[in-house]
Amino acid sequence: MAIIDKTHAAKQLVYERVFRAATLAAAILVLLILGGVFVSLLRGAWPALRHFGFSFVTHEVWNPVTDEFGALAPIYGTVVTSIIAMALAVPTAFGIALFLTEICPPLLKRPIGVAVELLAAVPSIIFGIWGLFVLAPVLQRNVQPWLIKHAHHVPVLGALFKGPPYGIGIFTAGLVLAIMVLPFIAATMRDVFETVPPMLKESGYGLGATRWEVIWNVVVPHSRAGVVGGIMLGLGRALGETMAVTFVIGNAHRISPSLLAPGTTISSSIANEFTEAVGDLYTSSLIALGLLLFIITFTVIAAAQTMLRRLERRAEA
Amino acid sequence: MMNRRTFRTLKNALFLALSLVATLTGLACLAAILWTLISHGIAGMSWDLFTEMTPPPGGKGGLLNALYGSAVMTLLGILIGSPIGVLAGTYLAEYGRKSALSTAIRFINDVLLSAPSIIIGLFIYEIVVVRMGHFSAIAGALSLAVLAIPVTLRTTEDMLNLVPPGMKDASAALGAYPWRTVVSVLYPAARSGIVTGLLLAVARISGETAPLLFTALNNQFWSTKLDAPMANLPVVIFQFALSPYKDWQNLAWAGALIITASILILSISARVILAMLQAERGSGQ
Repeated sequence: MAIIDKTHAAKQLVYERVFRAATLAAAILVLLILGGVFVSLLRGAWPALRHFGFSFVTHEVWNPVTDEFGALAPIYGTVVTSIIAMALAVPTAFGIALFLTEICPPLLKRPIGVAVELLAAVPSIIFGIWGLFVLAPVLQRNVQPWLIKHAHHVPVLGALFKGPPYGIGIFTAGLVLAIMVLPFIAATMRDVFETVPPMLKESGYGLGATRWEVIWNVVVPHSRAGVVGGIMLGLGRALGETMAVTFVIGNAHRISPSLLAPGTTISSSIANEFTEAVGDLYTSSLIALGLLLFIITFTVIAAAQTMLRRLERRAEA
Repeated sequence: MMNRRTFRTLKNALFLALSLVATLTGLACLAAILWTLISHGIAGMSWDLFTEMTPPPGGKGGLLNALYGSAVMTLLGILIGSPIGVLAGTYLAEYGRKSALSTAIRFINDVLLSAPSIIIGLFIYEIVVVRMGHFSAIAGALSLAVLAIPVTLRTTEDMLNLVPPGMKDASAALGAYPWRTVVSVLYPAARSGIVTGLLLAVARISGETAPLLFTALNNQFWSTKLDAPMANLPVVIFQFALSPYKDWQNLAWAGALIITASILILSISARVILAMLQAERGSGQ
């Protein structure tokens, strides 16, 4: 029987309390950071919000010379580029996830999966310069003239694809965003599809369903919450993405009906103008844009997480 | 009229073909980006990159100050951020577990993990840069630290949960306090997993541009002062790529190649470590 050293035991107890307190403090710091982000943005945005009131989000004019700032054009650009990105990325990501879980030969599964994940690791600024120097010229020379030529007979498309082919603009930004969020959505969907119990799929095949029928009628319904969660996670990224968009959107504070025209987004306005902003109201207006972006993305990401969590709990049960 | 069975088979073939096309599109994007980086970046590769400072407009030079600044701020960011992430992850895995506080922290952490990095930049601008009155390397490092915390927290918690409960019980049965169990049993057992988390965090923050724009800003000259603006690779790439000068653009491409290659190597090594870890676990059981 060992002799219990009282001072040793007391010391151990002190260490235990200190260690526990340190881990707890670190954990609480995470909460404080999020709270701090909100409070500090609100404080920074306050002068602009007080000055413009609600009209800040409904006005289009953005004029540093006359100190008039309205966020409507950046909000419009953020929403429209994200819609384009999601419209292109969601079906493609769905296809990739299907391929990886249901069709791909086992030997290729890992390399292709890793390649998709590496696309997610490429820094956003790389997508930016690639978009500006490689993608935009191709779009300007080949894709946009074709769109303009063929769309102008069609009622709605004609208005969307109108004007000179700049190369850069809302459409190009949406396209680059689509490539950026693609791996995030595809990886989440793949993980969700893999949680479908094989028994369910086998039952489908047993009834004589084709592979697509099993996917569409068994896999997708079973993982609906996760699929939607993955899409929203991608949307959260698209809404907040900065550098890639800043390179290719053209930074014009106006709302044009044509998707080929230059525009701006919340994040690219901040990135482009923040360090050059003179005057408190200008800086404050940019921070108010940041606050708007924070609220929008927080809502979207929180909703996505709630859905993914519900699925996780169901998988555990 | 088409036979119903033929129709179903055709539909099946069509959608499977489309999913193959989608995968090829994704892979083609990755290949196109890598190819562009290599073909443009190789031309700019030279020893000057690592020995010369960033040049004035139109001049020749290198990226030494930017490489140094990026290394310093990334390192500082990890040194500040990862202990917080690891400790918080330890709390969630060992002390908090299913408490309401832990659930809230996990949720908030996942939100922070996908929050736009530009917002974090504005946050640090408000609480550090405004107070100090000027841009600084330490502000840049702090914004990177905030971005590193969620990554390390998540992996630490996951990796600690992978340690077989028997090891923890054995330590407790010897009379060890939980902290002793964590430090002497759990951390060593989960070491490679936690290190992977650190690598992923480095990969995540070393390419970040947006938060550095309003914290560290940029500096054309050599500077080792932490309370002054510091050059860094992403912001230099941003400024040089958008400039009209050919020399600057070439430097931007070379920088882009360096940064992407390092990040991809880091991510691949992290994945290899994880795969080895899983194989080890798999054969051990």
